[in-house]
Formats: sequence, C-alpha cells, structure tokens
Amino acid sequence: MDWQALTLSLKLAGCTVAILLPVGLLAGRALAWRRFRGRRLAEAALALPLVLPPTVLGYYLLSAFGTRGTLGRAFEALAGHPLAFSFAGLLVASVIFNLPFAIQPMQRAFEAIPADVRPAAACCGMSPWRIFADIELPLAWPGVLSALVLTFAHTLGEFGVVLMVGGNIPGETRTLAIAIYDRVQAFDTRAAGLMAAMLLVLSLIAIAIAYSTQWRTEPARG
Amino acid sequence: MDERGLSVRVAQQVPVPLDAGFDCAPGELLALTGPSGSGKSTLLRCIAGLERGARGTIACGGSVWLDSDRRVNATPQARSVGLVFQHYALFPHLSALGNVQAALGHRPREVRAVRARELLASVHLAGLEQRRPSQLSGGQQQRVAMARALARDPQALLLDEPFAAVDRVTRQKLYRELAELRRSLAMPIVLVTHDLDEAAMLADRMCILYRGRTLQIGTPQDVMMRPADALVARLVDLRNVFEATVRGHEPAQRRTLIDWHGVRLEVAHAPACAPGTRVNWTIPVSGIVLHRRDRPSRGEHENPVSGIVGECITLGDDTTIGIRVADADHALVTLRVPAHVARRNGIAVGVDARVSLLADAIHVMPWREMRAAPDA
Repeated sequence: MDWQALTLSLKLAGCTVAILLPVGLLAGRALAWRRFRGRRLAEAALALPLVLPPTVLGYYLLSAFGTRGTLGRAFEALAGHPLAFSFAGLLVASVIFNLPFAIQPMQRAFEAIPADVRPAAACCGMSPWRIFADIELPLAWPGVLSALVLTFAHTLGEFGVVLMVGGNIPGETRTLAIAIYDRVQAFDTRAAGLMAAMLLVLSLIAIAIAYSTQWRTEPARG
Repeated sequence: MDERGLSVRVAQQVPVPLDAGFDCAPGELLALTGPSGSGKSTLLRCIAGLERGARGTIACGGSVWLDSDRRVNATPQARSVGLVFQHYALFPHLSALGNVQAALGHRPREVRAVRARELLASVHLAGLEQRRPSQLSGGQQQRVAMARALARDPQALLLDEPFAAVDRVTRQKLYRELAELRRSLAMPIVLVTHDLDEAAMLADRMCILYRGRTLQIGTPQDVMMRPADALVARLVDLRNVFEATVRGHEPAQRRTLIDWHGVRLEVAHAPACAPGTRVNWTIPVSGIVLHRRDRPSRGEHENPVSGIVGECITLGDDTTIGIRVADADHALVTLRVPAHVARRNGIAVGVDARVSLLADAIHVMPWREMRAAPDA
C-alpha cells in the first residue's frame, strides 16, 4: 500500500473541492438565474470536460503549462519552478476537469428553488447576503453537497489527465490511481489490489453520501 | 390624498406594457381586477419593487419608493411592503414560525419569537408554529403568508390572488378572516384578483385594469352598475350592452330619451350626452322586469318591450332568459328570474315574452367601438 500516494490523492481532492466550492456556487447561481449573452455557450464549454478524452484535455493542459505556454511562463516566473509535473499543475488541471461535476449539480439545485421564494425574501426585508445564506444555500445544500462529493470522488479516480500533466513523481504527482497502474506494471498485484479496494470503498462512500442527501430532501407531498 | 396612503402612477413598455395609476387610502382595500394578462400582478410587483423597469412615481406612508425623474428607485428591502404571493412563496425549509421570523429582521432579536407567535395566533395558527409549509394545508399556508407579510409592520399590504389556490369552503372562511383582520389594519391594502364577486365582496373600491391601463376606479357598486364605457361593462360581465342615439332630455321629469334601433326608451337623466350623439347603454339583469301573463306587473308601463325567447337556461334556482327584441334589430335582452317564475309564466324557447326596462336602472355611457371584443 502506497500511503504517500493515498495522502497525495486525498490532498489533491480536498484542495480541488475547496477551490470549486466558491467557484461552483458563483457560477452555478449565475447560470441558474442570470440571463446574459453567451450563457448557452458558457454552459456548453463547461460541459466539454465530460466528453473530451482525458488524454486530449491533458495534452492541451500540458501545452499550456509548459515553458512555451503563457500560463506556464507566468507561473515559472512567479514560483521559480515549472507548472507541469508539479502538484500545483496537477491542482489546476484537477480544477478544470472537475468544473462540470461541481457546477452542474449546483446549477440544478439553484434552478430548483421556487421562482417566487427569493422575491419573497426580499419583500421580507432580508439583505442579499442573508437571502443567500439563510434561504438559497439551505435550499440548494443537497445539490451543493452532492457536487462536492462527486468532485472529490472523481479527483481520486482521475488517471489520464493526471498522467499527462503530472507524470509519476512520488510525493509530488503520483496519486493513488497512478500508483495502481505503476504496481500492475511491476506485477505487484497484491499492492495494486489493496489500493484498488481502497479506491472502491472511498467511491462507494461518496456515492452513498450523494444519494442519501437526495433521499432526505425528497419533498413530502401533502 | 392622505400622505399615509399609497399613490401609484407607473408606465412601462416591457416585459408587460403598463400605463396605470391609482390612490389607496390608509385602511382602504382596493381591488385590482381585470382579465388574465391585464398586468395586475405586474403592477403589484412594481409597487413592491420587484419589477424594476417601470417609470413614474410610487409613494407610500410619506416615503417615495419610485420617482424616475429624480432617479429614485428603492429596493424591495427599502420599501415597507408586505406581499402575499399567489402561491404564497413560503420558505420550504423553515417552520411556520421561522417563516414569520424571517420578516422580523427590523425588530430586536429577543422579541422576534414572541412577535412571530403573536402574529401566527392572530391568523388562527397557534399550535402549528413548528410545522413546515409542506405539513400545512393550503388555507394554513395562506395564513402563514399573511402573518409573514404583516410581520414587517408594512406601510402597504399587497395581496396577489391570495384566494386562488384554495378550495371554495376554505376560501369563504379566509374571506371572513380577512374582513375581520382588516379592522385592526391601518395601512392601504391592494388585492389583485380576477374574481369580480370576490372584488365586490371585499373591496372598498375597485380598479379595472385592461391591457395595462386603468379603465375605471370606483366603488364596486359604481363600477358594476355604472361602468365608464362599454368595454368596462363587458369586463365586469354585464350582459346587456347596446347602442343607441340620444333623442333629447326632459329635465323636469329627470329623464333622457334615447332611440334604440327605433325603440324609444326613457332613461335616467344623462345631461352630458347631447341630442343626436351615439351612446352605449346597459342595464343590469336585475333592472329588467318580466311581465306576468295573468295580471299586470310592477312598472309595466316603463319601457315595455316584447320579443321572442331565444335562450332559456336554468342553473340552480335561477333561470336566465334571453329575449330577441324584433323592433330593436333583434337585439338580445338578458334577464334573470327565479326558476319557478319562469315556469309559471310558461317561458320556453320560441314563446313570446314581454318585459319592462326600468328607466332608473338604465345607464348611458359614451359610445365606444365594441367590435374588438375584450379577450376575457
């Protein structure tokens, strides 16, 4: 069992979730209620990582992260080391390929709030911040939670993009999924099996959490 | 206009065209009525500040909520309104108590729960404070919405079709509760409803809205009996709306004479209409008297007309009779009588019938082209 890879995977998933929580709330809310030019285009662009082969996404990210890419150059000038094949690069890639997993469920959750509830809150004298914190967020919470769980689970399991952008550097970019591949290549099926089982259990827990939030929020019909 | 009242003058083109205005005094209940799509709810949302695009002025309780010339357009939070939404828009994750407390942000934290309980008790919901909206009946949800609207101590109370979503028995009960509650409310109340009976029953004054325009404002009695023109008459469901020409006036008898396609009618004195002008006139079904076959009837000499029964429909205890008056270009005069009266007089489709149009019940209005029927 590669504990270092497990820790790295959990750290990557945790950081991705931490970044995508505010991003998803802002973007999901805007897509649910704002009517702006290019909204459909933005939705389509956000769905792209769902259909794009991970290696293709990884290839383009790697190009952007390299010293010839603007992003890669800017990062290297600031941080002193390249973005590609580093944990920071892996995190940026992870945030990008998880955008649809975080934003779409949150958008659906905000869309499901009955149309007059927010105007009603405004007519109650509640400030926009209080409306968000006391009305919108509690009502959208099951969707937000399921978005975060999906993002977490998806990050743990992602392989193609991670391999392309991060490679296989122990303690820096070797996640659990990469470690499994690595062990299989070395015919160490026991370690591979153990780690695969670990990922399976983590995924099952994630799915259980996501589904239980939805059951709890099924409205009682009267 | 009392400064504590509500004064509204607004106009907009999109999303719903509006060019409407009214005043509502403190303690007065004004019903905004009109067919679907006439802009009633939009106008209400303009007052609450939820519809942001309108130009004009809205003032209430001494504060200006909208004055587009001076670029004043207060947010809903800054307007002291209580609004009951059509489907109540309760916060589904909060209890009845929580819903009411949400509108008590302007009061000190320690008194909010007590005040919320008082408000719920005032709408007969004591004991149900902890229920979620999904655990309450439609009528109970409406009461929570009412308590929540009042919780803000609003300077105007706005009700958007608050009775549309409940069954008939509950509705009657809620009517009584509103009438009772009104006695303790000192703010102007605006009720949006498409139900004319509801408006007539609850409102001090009615405002008829059509395609976003105010057509007439007056007491229900006034609007229903003395509509401003033929369009209002149609909108308030008056069946007998006809055209005529003014022949002359008899001020001594307090009468005006009109020519209804060749039939001479005496009507209540209407000096505003010059002889020779084209007018519309209307008469409520209650202003038409069916002559008895066996003996003379009351008011028999007043505008007697005869014709052939073209329609005869009994609904419950009443029979609605439509008589085609041959002398008046086969116009259809509609009256309503108790079903037993229709039976006793042998009223059926095809038989002759004679009625009197009571002069004082006839209301003459300025002429209006009626070919474009209202889309009610």
